[in-house]
Amino acid sequence: MIDSNIVLTGQTIAYTLYVLAIMALMGWFAYKITRDGSGKVVKSAIFYSFVGFLIFLGVSLHIVTHETIPWKPMDLNRAEIKADQEFNITMENHEFRLPTSKLIIKKNKIVRFNVVSKDLTYGFGLFRRDNTMAFQMQVIPGHINDILWQFDRPEVYSIRSTEYSGPKGIKMIVRDVVEVVE
Amino acid sequence: MNLIQTFTNGEQGLFKPNSLTPMQKLTLRFVVIGLIYYGVVVIEGMLMRLFEVSPSIALGVEPKQFFAIMTAHPLVGIFGSTYSIVFGAFLFLVPFLMKKPLWSIKLGNWTLWLITIGTFVFWFAGFVSHYSPLYTLYWPLPADFSQFSVLGGTFFIVGIALVMVGTAFFVINIYKTITYTPEGWEKQPKGALIKSALGLTGLTNLFSKKKKEHLVSLPVAAIARGTVDTAFNAVVILFAGVLILIYMVAELFGVSLKHSAIDALLYKNIFWWGLDLIADGLVLIFVAGTWYLLATLITGKKLFMENWARAALFVEMVVSWTVWSHHLMSDQAQPGILKILSGEMVTAFELITQGLAFFITLATLWSARPLKMSHPLKFLLGGLLGFALAVPAGIMQADLGLNRILHNTQWIVGPHVHVAILIGLTMTLYSAIYFLFPILTNGAKLYSEKLASFHFWAHLIGGIGMGAFMGMAGLRGMLRRSIYLNGEFNSYMILAAISGSLLLLAFLAFFYNIVMSVGLKGVIEIFMPSKLKTTDLLPAEK
Repeated sequence: MIDSNIVLTGQTIAYTLYVLAIMALMGWFAYKITRDGSGKVVKSAIFYSFVGFLIFLGVSLHIVTHETIPWKPMDLNRAEIKADQEFNITMENHEFRLPTSKLIIKKNKIVRFNVVSKDLTYGFGLFRRDNTMAFQMQVIPGHINDILWQFDRPEVYSIRSTEYSGPKGIKMIVRDVVEVVE
Repeated sequence: MNLIQTFTNGEQGLFKPNSLTPMQKLTLRFVVIGLIYYGVVVIEGMLMRLFEVSPSIALGVEPKQFFAIMTAHPLVGIFGSTYSIVFGAFLFLVPFLMKKPLWSIKLGNWTLWLITIGTFVFWFAGFVSHYSPLYTLYWPLPADFSQFSVLGGTFFIVGIALVMVGTAFFVINIYKTITYTPEGWEKQPKGALIKSALGLTGLTNLFSKKKKEHLVSLPVAAIARGTVDTAFNAVVILFAGVLILIYMVAELFGVSLKHSAIDALLYKNIFWWGLDLIADGLVLIFVAGTWYLLATLITGKKLFMENWARAALFVEMVVSWTVWSHHLMSDQAQPGILKILSGEMVTAFELITQGLAFFITLATLWSARPLKMSHPLKFLLGGLLGFALAVPAGIMQADLGLNRILHNTQWIVGPHVHVAILIGLTMTLYSAIYFLFPILTNGAKLYSEKLASFHFWAHLIGGIGMGAFMGMAGLRGMLRRSIYLNGEFNSYMILAAISGSLLLLAFLAFFYNIVMSVGLKGVIEIFMPSKLKTTDLLPAEK
């Protein structure tokens, strides 16, 4: 499975290019409308083409991500997928209760994290040593919160609550507790 | 006139508060209150920006205060500032465009003071008690009394409730104004007016050969449709408030109610359904309506593709009722079908509806070339750019794949939320304020054109810059609603703080310019009763 950093790099490039293009377009438009024009109304064909383009863009984005981001179909079908490893984690009183002091995972194995909250709404996220995020999910009390993941390289991760649970929540980090090995 | 005289009496003494009608005074009061609360929001925002760089330089702000500010900041911004300015403008514009008096000026004043006092009450309760469940109020956090004061929370919720009652009065006033028959008028067709206002006439016109006449203008239709969402949202917020209040009152009487009696996921669904009526409903609808109005007023031309514009507003209203699941894409217990249909597909419709509004406004402006680059036009283009940047950012995070690595990061709150609000919404509001200023003040002159230009550029660069640097930090894993004590994201946060300070300077320049234009005396007299006894919007021409 490709790493989430690669997906974020792709997103950064795509959005940056879009931002530069739309800013250039607005700058050009602002200049042109102060100049003499023919007074002609914009052709309706241009309008309908634009509507078609927006529909195409809105629909194709989710199809493209479904086909290129591996955790998307895996997440939607996770009830039918058997995990190679499972970890049951409890969150209560702004603390993580882990099954073992270190969570050791083998590279390329499918792992399921089952997380329950005994009191508040929390988040559950894995972060690399450079603070970038691998993934996250919400942890809702009274419900099963599970996520499947496949790690494609050896790496050490910290677990951090990704949802605000009051000022006490800022200390909800367990450093370097997940280790992916060859 | 010297500087002191101008500060006291306004630019060239042209602003004559005695000449203002009760309606003009009402609208100006809303604008003044809205701008004061906007100032509060900017200061709070800067405090948080400094705290994000280093807690030690944020004027002694502690983590508890930081989260209390973070709780109040968006609520003061939405209710105290935006609601005030928007409600004030619409209570003037609806009767202005319908060419009849407002149904009740008294009710308009009730709306003003309920919002003003309510905002102060919840802000003050948070300031004193540090009640800070954030605007998300995720169950059972708001009723977690091991972290928050019960009394502080009670006052907080009472403040919000006052704002919602004021909002309900606004809704009644808008619909009554559209449908009522003023004294001496021929009986107005209530049903047809409502159909036209809600966009049903525009929708049937798209598919019918026999086109029906629109009884209300497009901007009034946009206001009416956004007001539907305003009403639903008030109901949901009141529901959440009453629920929390029950827990708080019980606690005050020494009884701890069981938190698990409320299903956290169901509550979260209801909460986001209601909140999206603002974020993905009335904001987008009101903004589109304001773009259309400003484009036609600036150009003097008919709106391009008007029937499409009306239909898109109707679609946007339906979208806002069905879009909430994009906030629950990381909630694993949320049904997958809701995540795909409501979260991904319906959200993608916003690209279409907002894209249509963007295109229609630009095409209307284009048809009137050459245009003078006035302040209203400049700010309108800024507002259009803001949504052109923020909506696609939102569509990206409303994807099941990308949401897994973007949810609750600074990406959400930077390129999406702050760019949409500060650049898209606020610049549109500034455009309307600059346009309406001479109308509402009976011809007062702006103190400085240069300050207005500085306001534009500082706000545009500051807002986009802040959003961009927050977004870059988010893409590198920085969470929102969290604290980083070891300077992990300092380079981005310093740049975001510099951009934020540009926003502060822009606001100070604008506020100074407005005060110097109308004078301190003028600002005070806006709050005195009008000497004219009329329900007309503008004074009779002599």
